[in-house]
Amino acid sequence: MITKTVRDVTVALQGIQNGMTVMVGGFGLSGIPENAIAELVRLGVKNLTCISNNAGIDDFGLGLLLQKKQINTMIASYVGENALFEQQMISGELKVTLTPQGTLAEKCRAAQMGIPAFYTPAGYGTEVAEGKETREFDGKHYVLETAYKADFALVKAWKGDEAGNLIFRGTSRNFNPLMCGAAQITVAEVEELLPVGALNPNEIHIPGIFVNRIFKGIQFEKRIEQRTVQSK
Amino acid sequence: MALDKNQIAKRIAQELKSGYYVNLGIGIPTLVSNYVPEDLEVEFQSENGILGMGPFPFVGQEDPDLINAGKQTITALPGASFFDSATSFGMIRGQHIDLTVLGAMEVSEKGDIANWKIPGKLVKGMGGAMDLVASAKNIIVAMMQVNRSGESKLVSHCSLPLTGVACVKRIVTELAVFDIVKEGFLLVERAPGETIETIQNATAGTLIVPDQVPEMRFSL
Repeated sequence: MITKTVRDVTVALQGIQNGMTVMVGGFGLSGIPENAIAELVRLGVKNLTCISNNAGIDDFGLGLLLQKKQINTMIASYVGENALFEQQMISGELKVTLTPQGTLAEKCRAAQMGIPAFYTPAGYGTEVAEGKETREFDGKHYVLETAYKADFALVKAWKGDEAGNLIFRGTSRNFNPLMCGAAQITVAEVEELLPVGALNPNEIHIPGIFVNRIFKGIQFEKRIEQRTVQSK
Repeated sequence: MALDKNQIAKRIAQELKSGYYVNLGIGIPTLVSNYVPEDLEVEFQSENGILGMGPFPFVGQEDPDLINAGKQTITALPGASFFDSATSFGMIRGQHIDLTVLGAMEVSEKGDIANWKIPGKLVKGMGGAMDLVASAKNIIVAMMQVNRSGESKLVSHCSLPLTGVACVKRIVTELAVFDIVKEGFLLVERAPGETIETIQNATAGTLIVPDQVPEMRFSL
């Protein structure tokens, strides 16, 4: 067994520096690496390029880094209801590359799987395809998209073991597994960190080879963005 | 009488067929799931990673690890599955999803759609919309036909940045159902009581009016 366990988030994020490119898992506020984000705020690293589907909300998730102006470039598919994001983008303070969600996912997966580029139909004929190579296959048009390159990938899983094996829960899985091994260093924070042998190998979503450092998060607020319910 | 948003959703629910896997966008499309006939076997996909999406949870049952693409808390039905975002878009890109319903800011008579950006004013981002419209076999747009300034959203050419080219098949609005055909917007059905004249006035692009245009049939 190769141990991936580190003591805490501070050790897990050692080596992170100004100007780095960081992948951050999560969709909305579901499955975001809350502990790593809090550490980035504490460290005060600046000029980050963040690759993440969204940028959280004004006061949670990556919104916390936007507040402190630690992000220079944001690569995302959706701005949505984050007023701070929209405002910094329109003012030009924040560079933003909006990318179709499926393309964003596949650019992570390509980096993880050692594929330099791929063709996708998403964005053909739109401004997303401007300046990119296009090609026709069987009468349909495709855009060439390249794999991401990143220094750190920060992901969140439900359970993990000391070998870095990960299991995700519900729709908090989203981009997290795709970012594992897609950067130079992958840091996974988990709710439950178990000894090896405690997880059933048949049920592991991401093998530990894709993870460099794993730690048990000390706090998971798991905030709900849109609480929708029905009455009994 | 113009339809409300729930009635638009109800009309779109008539397009569902047994065996369909369906992706519903944010807004009016989400409401379609409230009007699925009970005898129909359909499954709803949400692109953040669930197939077999169920209704909103009861109070106290909300789970932050269980949301839809609109970030709303949801439930998973028996037979549901969870997966990562690349697998989710593989279902979409690989045309395993049978029907996509989404909203729009503009639709052109060629079937082009714009729904992610108003330059200098509003930038929502495309989310999964560009992937969906580039790959879906069958795309229905659910929207109000006229915007808040009173301008028609059914146009000859989209003036807003495009989400996808020549992809929309059918449009359901508060006034009518249209199909995109070679010549333009073909008027298929009228909302109960709506006149051809009203519909024509709310359509900026080329409207094709057949001799007979039936009214939509459903209990309002």
